[in-house]
This record gives sequence, structure tokens and C-alpha cells, in this order.
Amino acid sequence: MEHATAGSSFAALAYLVAGVCFILALRGLSSPTLSQRGNRFGMIGMTIAVVTTLVTHVPMQAVGLVLTGPSGVVSATGPLFARIDFVTVLEILAAIGIGAVIGITTARRIAMTDMPQLVAAFHSLVGLAAVLVACAAFLNPIAFGIADMVIPMIGQPFAAIHGVSRIEMGLGVAIGAITFSGSVIAFLKLNGNMGGKPIMLPGRHVINLAVLAAILLLIAYFTQDQSAWIFWTITILSFAIGFLLIIPIGGADMPVVVSMLNSYSGWAAAAMGFTLHNSAMIITGALVGSSGAILSYIMCRAMNRSFISVIAGGFGAVADTSGGGDKIDRPWKRGSAEDAAFLMSQAEQVVIVPGYGMAVAQAQHVLREMADKLKEHGVRVKYAIHPVAGRMPGHMNVLLAEANVPYDEVFELEDINSEFAQTDVAFVIGANDVTNPAAKTDKTSPIYGMPVLDVEKAKTVLFIKRSMGGVGYAGVDNDVFYMDNTMMLLADAKKMVEDIVKSLD
Amino acid sequence: MDFVAILSIFVMACFVGYYVVWSVTPALHTPLMAVTNAISSVIIVGALIAGAAAGSASSKWLGLLGVVLASINIFGGFAVTSRMLAMYKKKDRPAPAKH
Repeated sequence: MEHATAGSSFAALAYLVAGVCFILALRGLSSPTLSQRGNRFGMIGMTIAVVTTLVTHVPMQAVGLVLTGPSGVVSATGPLFARIDFVTVLEILAAIGIGAVIGITTARRIAMTDMPQLVAAFHSLVGLAAVLVACAAFLNPIAFGIADMVIPMIGQPFAAIHGVSRIEMGLGVAIGAITFSGSVIAFLKLNGNMGGKPIMLPGRHVINLAVLAAILLLIAYFTQDQSAWIFWTITILSFAIGFLLIIPIGGADMPVVVSMLNSYSGWAAAAMGFTLHNSAMIITGALVGSSGAILSYIMCRAMNRSFISVIAGGFGAVADTSGGGDKIDRPWKRGSAEDAAFLMSQAEQVVIVPGYGMAVAQAQHVLREMADKLKEHGVRVKYAIHPVAGRMPGHMNVLLAEANVPYDEVFELEDINSEFAQTDVAFVIGANDVTNPAAKTDKTSPIYGMPVLDVEKAKTVLFIKRSMGGVGYAGVDNDVFYMDNTMMLLADAKKMVEDIVKSLD
Repeated sequence: MDFVAILSIFVMACFVGYYVVWSVTPALHTPLMAVTNAISSVIIVGALIAGAAAGSASSKWLGLLGVVLASINIFGGFAVTSRMLAMYKKKDRPAPAKH
């Protein structure tokens, strides 16, 4: 990289163009109409970055006495006896091909309800790729242009890695490893291979802080001593801390966790970009890092919780014992599908409030059918989305889009909350805590201060729930269940909506 | 490039990221995660360098494995984003027949 040849300045320029394409890719997501074009910018940027790297780093094979120089560039060594190593070229192309087949097949087959798991799995791959790149750079630093050969008075010549590069590598491998193991746990929780309940280890805060401190100290020590054991210890400890950080976090806090891991995967790419002096990687890393951080912030704000309290974990682990007894006895009304169909068909406006339960029951398609039937009856139908409904940011929007719900019928919390007072029927399907008025009134409630959808202001609330026994994720009872104008529809969400559709005919 | 130059790019890019991401509509937050995931696989650049370099067989194989992982992400990430974005439709347009 130290050679300011025409080739390397062309490469630097190409990487910059790739970085700009990535900015445009995110910019496109400001509206659904421009978004496909944005995605294409992303693909163009990636193609530029990959082709530039392939062209400037053609694998070379040394013939005779010639040493392959930094980055495999022939001019770096001068002599004539180097030829293109076609076997390696084929291996690289095969590696890209294998990845393409697996990636495209997965992307085509995945169900939209499984999107959170897929994103978590993809994050883990970015993390692991970052770890592999950092390890490769540690094992062959000359190829990355981050070391000088040192020939000591006694002993073998070795590659001394630059001090700054050691910090960058250490941070890169640590963040990458945390992203990997954290995402694997998030994937297992989201995919149901592991219980959604938080797993609490005794003294976990002390353990976590000690491990984090050890990683940072080792990275600092790594600048003084580039022994292999330090590098591998950093890697192993980072895998461990990623695991330890995510296991105590419960299922419904996953939107924050997935966003946070998204952010980490970006910072890992940025750290490796510093090591390689590559502007495309640095720009992308910064974009992805800030994107994930902003999403985490939005999710935390929507739950009125601090980032620290989410990371500390354990929310919802303690069953609500205070006054659980008297709540069970409170009177509530049960309705049937026919009642619900009648009420909604007479309404002027129905607002549907979907939650994670809709995703679990796969009820989005039949819900859209119900909305179509209601529209035939002259009812105005809108959807109200709470930012943390579901298991990842925007989860509900994607499911509704999949079911062909036009996006201009779907509203965010702040845009629709004032409308509940003029709404005849609020139809809650698979959501609970996000409708709980205790968040506004009860200072002792664990969800106090969280912005909620004001469903209780509607003339009638229809609340689909599997049974009266279970409480929401936060472990608190919901007063909406016991209101005079609430009708509980106790059944599986999909089954209930199917019955309502039949009754609407 | 010296360290300060790359640090400047990094800091500027963080600001660009901040403003660009706040302008993303909340309805597209899931596609945003999918596409950021795809572009963060630009880490493939490092894997390609390691895979192409001579001098260390273990480094080369780590690089090639990195290329596979990053490619899964790149192709999978862009494909799934595109699949999701194709689903977002407006009311005015007649929806294509389904079911």
C-alpha cells in the first residue's frame, strides 16, 4: 500500500466510489418507491469493491527464486519469474460461487415470519468473516501491508506488525467474535432452539466486566508483544463475552439485541477497514455501525428503557407476584367470531393493532382478507404499528407488506394514536404490552413511561388472546382486558380471524 | 493513507450515516437491517486479499473461508432485501391477484 503507483490510486478511488454507492443504498430507503433503486446501488458498490480487489490482488506464484512481494504485486519484487496462480484464482471464484448459491437459495426460501432469525444468522456470518480476516492478517501480515520484516541479530527473521495495526486487529477480532457468538445466541433464541426466557448466571455482571477488562488489557499489551497466545486469547475471550452478554436477554428485548449486533457487525468491518486502509470498508462500517446504533436507540426509546438496562438483561424473568391473585377474579367479557364480525361490519373505522402473536400464528394473510371484506362493507381500515411490535425493527411492516397490505394504510404510533378516540373498533391481534394503559398511569408498573397505543379510547376493543391466564412479556396484567367496552376473543389468532372472515360473508 | 486521513473518512462517514439512517422510514427498518448486513460484508475485500496472497497456507484458507461466508451474506442479503422491497405496494395501484 505504500507504493503510490497508478494502480493503487485507481484502487483507492474505486473503493471510494463503492463507499458512496453504499451511502446511496441507505438513502434509497427513505421511501418505498425509491428503495429498489437504492438496493441496486448497494449491489453496484459491492461489485466495484470486489472487482477492484480481484484486479489489484491477482494471486501470483513464485517461480525459481522470486519472492512474492506485498499484496502480491509483481512490480513490488521486480523480477520476471512470477506468474498468475490460476489454481488460487479458481479457488477464489469457487468460494464466491458457493456463497452465492447458499445465499440466494436461503433468501428465496425463507418465510417472512422467520426474517429476524435470518438477519441474526447473517450478522453471525459477518462477525465470523471479520474474525477470519483478522486471523489471516495476523498469520500473514506482510500480505496485508501492515508489517515490516525484521532481521534480528540472533534467530529467525520475522514480520513485525505496526503498532497501530495491532490495536486495529485486536479490536477487529474482538468485535467480530462478539458479533458472531452473540448473533448465534440471538438466532437460537429467535428460532426457538433455545428458550426465550432470560438465563441468569450468578454474578454475571462481575464476570462480564472482568472479561471485558481482560480483553481491553490484552489488546493494550498486544501492542508491546505480538505473541500468538495474546491474539488467540483475545479471540477466545471475545467469543465468550458475546455468548455471556446475550444469554440473559429475554425474547421481547430481541429488537434491541438484533439492532445492536447489526451495529457491531459494522464496527467490526470498520476496524478491519482501518487495518487495510480501505475506504470502502471504513465508510460501510461507519454507516452500518451508526445505523444499528440508531435502531437500538429507537427501540429502547419505544420501550422507555435505557440501553444499559436492556444489556444488563433479565427483564421479564421475575414473574409478577404482586397482586396477581385479585386480577384473575376481575370480570371480563368473552366474545365470539360472529360478535366480532357484526361489530366491525357496522363500524365506520377499524384500527388493527398487530403484534408478535400475529407473526407466530402466521395470521397476516387472513388478516388482510378480513380487511378486504370489511372494506366491502364500507369500513375504513387502518393498521397501527408500535415500534417494538415483533422481534425486530419493522417486523410487522414487512409481514403486512407480504400479505399485500398497501403501505399507506399502515401507520406509526405517533401518527395514529390521536385517532383511536374517533375509532369504532380497535382490533388487537397478538399484541399486549404495547396497548397497556398502565404505562401511562401506574408509576409502579415495570412498563411505566413506555409509549403505548391508546386502544382503550376506541368505542370497542376486540382483543385476540390465546387464554386469560398468560400475561404479556413484561409480566404485567393489562387493564384493557377488563374494561366494559372490551370483548376478549380467546382463540388462536389465525383460527379466530378465519372464523371472522366466514362470518363476514 | 496515513492514520489521520482514514480517521477523517471514518468520522465523516459516521455523520453521514447518522443523517441518512434517521431519514429512513420506520416501515423499512427490516429491509434496512438486511441491506446494512449485505453491505457490511464488504469485509470480503480483506478475505480476498488473504485468499490471494502467497506466503502462508493457513492464512490463505482462512481467507477463502471468509470469502464463502461473506459471499453468502452479500448474495443472500441483497436478494432478501430486494424480495422484501418488492412487497411494499401503494393503495392506488391494483394489487396483483393472490390466493
